[in-house]
Amino acid sequence: MALSRRNVIAAAIAAFALLGLQGTAAAQKNFITVASTTSTEQSGLFKHLLPVFEKKTGTQVRVVALGTGQALDMARRGDADVVFVHDKPAEEKLLAEGFGVQRFDVMYNDFVLVGPKNDPARIAGSKDIVDAYKKIAAGGAPFASRGDRSGTHAAELRLWKDAGIDPNTGKGSWYRETGSGMGPTLNTASAMNAYAFTDRGTWLSFKNRGDLVIEVEGDKKLFNQYGVMLVNPAKHPHVKKELGQAFVDWMISPEGQLTIAAYKIGPDQLFFPNAKR
Amino acid sequence: MTGLGEAFGAAWVLVTGLDPGLARIVLLSLQVSLSAAVAATLIGLPLGAAIAVERFPGRQLLIVLLNALMGLPPVVVGLLIYLLLSRAGPLGSLGILFTPEAMVIAQTVLIVPIIAALSRQTIEDAWREYSEQLRSLGARRLRAAWTLIWDTRFSLLTILLAGFGRAAAEVGAVMIVGGNIDGVTRVMTTTIALETSKGDLPLALGLGIVLIMLVIVLNALAALIREVAQRRYG
Repeated sequence: MALSRRNVIAAAIAAFALLGLQGTAAAQKNFITVASTTSTEQSGLFKHLLPVFEKKTGTQVRVVALGTGQALDMARRGDADVVFVHDKPAEEKLLAEGFGVQRFDVMYNDFVLVGPKNDPARIAGSKDIVDAYKKIAAGGAPFASRGDRSGTHAAELRLWKDAGIDPNTGKGSWYRETGSGMGPTLNTASAMNAYAFTDRGTWLSFKNRGDLVIEVEGDKKLFNQYGVMLVNPAKHPHVKKELGQAFVDWMISPEGQLTIAAYKIGPDQLFFPNAKR
Repeated sequence: MTGLGEAFGAAWVLVTGLDPGLARIVLLSLQVSLSAAVAATLIGLPLGAAIAVERFPGRQLLIVLLNALMGLPPVVVGLLIYLLLSRAGPLGSLGILFTPEAMVIAQTVLIVPIIAALSRQTIEDAWREYSEQLRSLGARRLRAAWTLIWDTRFSLLTILLAGFGRAAAEVGAVMIVGGNIDGVTRVMTTTIALETSKGDLPLALGLGIVLIMLVIVLNALAALIREVAQRRYG
């Protein structure tokens, strides 16, 4: 009797172990790891783009979506084969440190400033983002910032600098750092009727808008460039050089560029390819 | 609140629609958390039993430490395992960051203290009650521990379920070491976090309802096994 009981336990443990191994077996095929941003993931671009590439090459693309700052750190640590992000100064810094091979422009979209319909800072329809920032700060209207070292956060901070305002002086009152991704920050802005700085892609695919609408768009300063590069195999020898470079090359190839351009939510195109080739 | 009705609607659609993508996510959640619960039991139960019956210097301190570690924040465990498994870390050459294996390791670390601390308490209580008898039968301490484990097996099953519940419910650790990669390391909780980020709150809550139902079904199964076993073996 005791023996059969023990057998049952052993069988149960073996079954669990098998469950675990099954996942491993499925994972053993050609793949690359791409460190990218929440905006490309959450806008749905990868769901549209990657199946085309995977079908063509048989290489699975595993995307880890983080803020640009974190994504670049992932490359520095050697935990990604390719980075695909949107903060050109930070990307060039990575290149200068020797962690990237060569950076290519891939596509752009733009940032927009969203805010509550009742528009306490009276900036709706403006095409001057710096002026809008000045009015928000002057009136002390609530502003939800990413505060997470992402590409969007970096762009937001550059604009505060252009406006000659240190938003940190508004901390604890009107300037509110959520320390989280674009989606959570928009959720927060929507809940407390705050202004927020966001990329258009995330905004278009965001569903919990509440009273938020686009207040400022169309300023040249709102340009948002995405770049792609292979992590330097000289620094991290395990980087999948051929597979990773194939992905980079495909993104800037006519086929990759057309596939990016074809991604739409309703009538709106989210990203505009602009690789120089 | 209108969101709640929508959430139950979304949950209903998810369950009845049998979306293959969702099925894979659910299966991976179960695989990872069950594997972690089993691994943590294999480590934590003998550890808890040994501490329960043995007497050694620093024992009280170890018990306090173990009890405190039950409150380990998942995100801290995730970060720790991430730094260990990262290519720049000491175990980087394994190359298992962003895989289900890494998630199992993180969740195992997270719940070993829970299983060890709770089984230590359960077995020690039983030890106090039966130590005279066991000693008079001439049983050595470790042999006695084995007998006590068998005696308290139904309480220990509940501890296993508590460990599994903690693993299945956490998001902080698997998000960091798994990376929430679509089709590879995306599990129920990271999907819920992602849908919340996208502002699709009804779908996120709907997924949450599915997760809770799943945990209820598993617990009901465990209760059933316990019932049948208790009737058969007393």
